[in-house]
Amino acid sequence: MIVSKSPGSENFPRLRLYVAGDAPGARRALFNRNRLLDALENKLDIEIIDVLARPEEAERAGILATPTLSDESVSPPRRLIGDIGDMSQVFEFFGFRKKGISP
Amino acid sequence: MTATEEDYVDPALERVKTGIEAFDDLVMGGLPRGRTTIVGGTPGSGKTVFATQFLAHGIADRGENGVFVTFEESPDEIEANMAGFGWDIRRWRTENKLAFVDASPRDHDQMVVGDFDLAGLLTRILHAARGAQARRVVLDSISQLFYHFVSDQSAVRRELLRLASALKRQGLTVLMTAERNNEYGEISRHRIEEFVADNVVILRNALDRERRRRTIEVLKMRGSHHVEGEVPITLVERQGIVAVPLSSLRLEQQSSTKRVTSGNGELDRMCAGGFFRDSVTLVSGATGTGKTLLVTNFLAGGVAAGERALLVGFEESRGQLFRNARGWGVDFEAMEADGRLKVVCIYPEAQSLPDHLLMIRELVEEFKPDRIAIDSLSALERIAPETGFREFLISLTSFIKKREIAGLCTATNKSLVGGHSASEQHISTLTDSIILLRYIQEGDVMQRGLMVLKMRGSDHDKQVRRFTIDSGGMHLGQPFGGAPDVFGDAAVARP
Repeated sequence: MIVSKSPGSENFPRLRLYVAGDAPGARRALFNRNRLLDALENKLDIEIIDVLARPEEAERAGILATPTLSDESVSPPRRLIGDIGDMSQVFEFFGFRKKGISP
Repeated sequence: MTATEEDYVDPALERVKTGIEAFDDLVMGGLPRGRTTIVGGTPGSGKTVFATQFLAHGIADRGENGVFVTFEESPDEIEANMAGFGWDIRRWRTENKLAFVDASPRDHDQMVVGDFDLAGLLTRILHAARGAQARRVVLDSISQLFYHFVSDQSAVRRELLRLASALKRQGLTVLMTAERNNEYGEISRHRIEEFVADNVVILRNALDRERRRRTIEVLKMRGSHHVEGEVPITLVERQGIVAVPLSSLRLEQQSSTKRVTSGNGELDRMCAGGFFRDSVTLVSGATGTGKTLLVTNFLAGGVAAGERALLVGFEESRGQLFRNARGWGVDFEAMEADGRLKVVCIYPEAQSLPDHLLMIRELVEEFKPDRIAIDSLSALERIAPETGFREFLISLTSFIKKREIAGLCTATNKSLVGGHSASEQHISTLTDSIILLRYIQEGDVMQRGLMVLKMRGSDHDKQVRRFTIDSGGMHLGQPFGGAPDVFGDAAVARP
């Protein structure tokens, strides 16, 4: 599967995934993160931040809810809250397009 | 005093003082340690002030640091908005006594696509509490969370409950504010109180007869008693919220047997030796019957006996009062110069009733008078809704008695002859003594008559005595013959 950032750019943003320890929601989110990385052939970087271990990171970013998948390369940041199980939703929200599938 | 019908009262509940003295009295000494209290109120009811005061009192007076979780204003805005109350939030932040968790709306695009928890928020609060070694936590206001995660209200409810229990496990005393739509209606917009709060407090800012009336009410205290009903509050510069205590809480005033002079020897004799030291006397009469003269005598008599006297005037200016006194041979100026007398005149409309009460209390704390005169209550009544006025009177009279000050208040009748004023109806049960001044028709001459209507704990002259006023003041004379009707519309002495 070939996926590219739209429009034009081949570079994916570096995303951050805020989770809380090994809560069920966190585990689902981590599982779905791996699915995303597979789908994007590891061209995407999603840093995992456990807010329980690094509360200052949550404070800095102003995170309230977990899991949160956040693109902080743009201003203002774009955030998806939940366990990101629906991959096409993630692609759409962050503006990724799968070649051959998207119009 | 009434208490809620809670089955179980935990005697070991440690109390956390809010810094609002009269409020702490309502909840038996303070908010229970380690519990969660919801403070509900409409916009502008003073929720943020209450919450900040709770933290400020902890930091400034109790050595308890705090965490402020703000969902609406930014920390800098709160710092600026609360500075007028005398709380140096910036310094406390620098000294690490107060930590902010900034959950105010930030500029970001957000979409909720699945189930979530608020572990991010919780971990930030706990992190801040650890860092500042906090014992008190404020969340202002949690209603914002419902707007923030509008798509999943039940998740917010569940998470708030989880948050509250986690903070409780840390032994933190938590105060959450919540928004209300109406002054009288459901407790909070999202019915948060039903699942998260041990205690519920309501702040109100209701419009009553075109005037704002601020009150605080304790609705629920789990495992503890509390005093029911609304208590007036006011926002005071450099202080914050000040609740105006109702006397009904403290009816333990001593009853003194010590007498003090009324300032008029003949009147003293009518009262079997003078007024009681810690009593409040009401002088009621139509305009021109001599109420202000009695007040002047009362003050001058006190000063002559070596006492300190305070006059709070709501009807006449200082100039008028001083001129009147001079006309009766009393030199207010000299008394003030000696520091024995203090005369304060203020328009009733200048401030709200609770503010007037606070002003009087502050004057008393400051000047420490032995006697106080208030001229007149009727002027104050103009500006107040009826319930507010009664609360004011209760608070005022109980305060005066508690301080063992002799009080003299005047009330003006609406009609020139006979009749009761509304304030008289209110105050007659609250005062210890009542003196009536009346115009009484005798033949084709209008006379003035004085009668001691009631004097608690003492015998008194029950006759209606005629009196005259001249440059020497008031002179009581012989009783009227017959039985003049001092209560009716036409007071006529029948020979």
